[in-house]
Amino acid sequence: MPDADKILVRVRVNGEHRDAMVEPRTLLVEFLRDQLNLTGTHIGCDTSYCGACTVLLNGRTVKSCTLFAPMADGGEITTVEGLSTNGELHPVQKAFADCHGLQCGYCTPGLLLSTLHLLSKAPKPTDQQIRKGIAGNTCRCTGYQNIFKAVRAAAAAMEKR
Amino acid sequence: MGFGRDAIPDEGKTEAIVYSSPFSYYRAATLEEASHQLLRLGEEARLLAGGQSLIPLMKMRLARPAALVDINGIPGLDSIEHDNGELRFGALVRHAEIENSEIAASIPILHDCAAGIADVQVRNQGTIGGSLAEADPSGDWGAVLLALETSVRCAGSMSERTVPLEEFVKDAYTTVLKPGELVREVIVKVPPKGSGGAYVAFKRCAPVYATVSAAVQLVLDARNTCKDARIVLGCVGLTAIRTTEAEAALRGTPLNAKNVQAAADAAHEAAQPQSDMRGSAEYKRMLVAALVKRAIGIAAQRARGEKAESGHEYAGR
Repeated sequence: MPDADKILVRVRVNGEHRDAMVEPRTLLVEFLRDQLNLTGTHIGCDTSYCGACTVLLNGRTVKSCTLFAPMADGGEITTVEGLSTNGELHPVQKAFADCHGLQCGYCTPGLLLSTLHLLSKAPKPTDQQIRKGIAGNTCRCTGYQNIFKAVRAAAAAMEKR
Repeated sequence: MGFGRDAIPDEGKTEAIVYSSPFSYYRAATLEEASHQLLRLGEEARLLAGGQSLIPLMKMRLARPAALVDINGIPGLDSIEHDNGELRFGALVRHAEIENSEIAASIPILHDCAAGIADVQVRNQGTIGGSLAEADPSGDWGAVLLALETSVRCAGSMSERTVPLEEFVKDAYTTVLKPGELVREVIVKVPPKGSGGAYVAFKRCAPVYATVSAAVQLVLDARNTCKDARIVLGCVGLTAIRTTEAEAALRGTPLNAKNVQAAADAAHEAAQPQSDMRGSAEYKRMLVAALVKRAIGIAAQRARGEKAESGHEYAGR
């Protein structure tokens, strides 16, 4: 039998130091949801397809269902819970709300982080850059048109900031 | 398949999370340490780089390693360097870094590939070294790098060797890597002047593997005669297939519609596709011929110094 002893994972999540002892096979998404009680990050397909579990790890989007938690040790993580400040929505969140860039909301946490990452690389994205930037996030409600509007509105709002 | 629910351990979990089999986890601080750990742990151990192929396989329990050796913390494996007519990619260079690299942009076929592998999240995490070592028949780098002169620098605990890519990949999911040996660097020779390449991969949507792909690298002279050609077919065999028959249809001849069609016909014959959920064997044969034709056209434009876009084609792109 393999030795599957628990190991310590230490991360900074949304600016706070957090740690927990986990089995190595624990997925990052499960670590966030079950160990740290950050249930804003969703599990959709659980097969690296849908992007509902997208978080920022060291400034880059990753699918947290396709990383083992120990791989994030020492890292800086941003989840949807870390976007608002003092109860005020982040401009990306506000743009999604204003433009109806969601219906059921299941994919939204992942889309918010993919949008944030896209705008960090391309502050004024073209339509093609937006399509490519959110190609790893599946939404089964909106038909994406309002999401495109939201991303454009978010880009405009972020530019003003 | 139902692997999700079956995989829940008996701990009263209410959520259906897809678990891999238990394994022990080791971090290596140096290449030597990684190699020693692999040798000590034996055949049941696997190397962990970006994990974007291995982790899904483990979650589906198609792979059940008893131990993982994580090399993500090894310094010096994540740089792209250009010297002496070669581009050298450290094993841990992520696809996204190649997509955004000015050095890599000097060889457009590399950008075609890097910018379209799966989606942003996977490109941020997946590595060039991991992709080659995995040797998935549907992997993108295996086809693209075969269209260039590529070699793989492999490190063992005591020694190193550099192996041409043609010899590195032996079969589907099988490389020449020996126990304790790992990919350290991928070395690509810069193509000569007058050379142009293109990679075209057709897939249903962003996150999935391509159905079929074609990688073409040409050298044209000022009179549009093809001095050299490399044509590689992806996803239509146990490994990427370099088709010398298609290359021969172009080499030493004017690049015209008749010769391009002959190359496409040769690719149609050289493909060894299997019918699966992505398409029938006959569909893939027809697709590979079409993609070869398209890739030759774009490669030729680039060889003449014209700008042309290429890469992964999928709905909504």
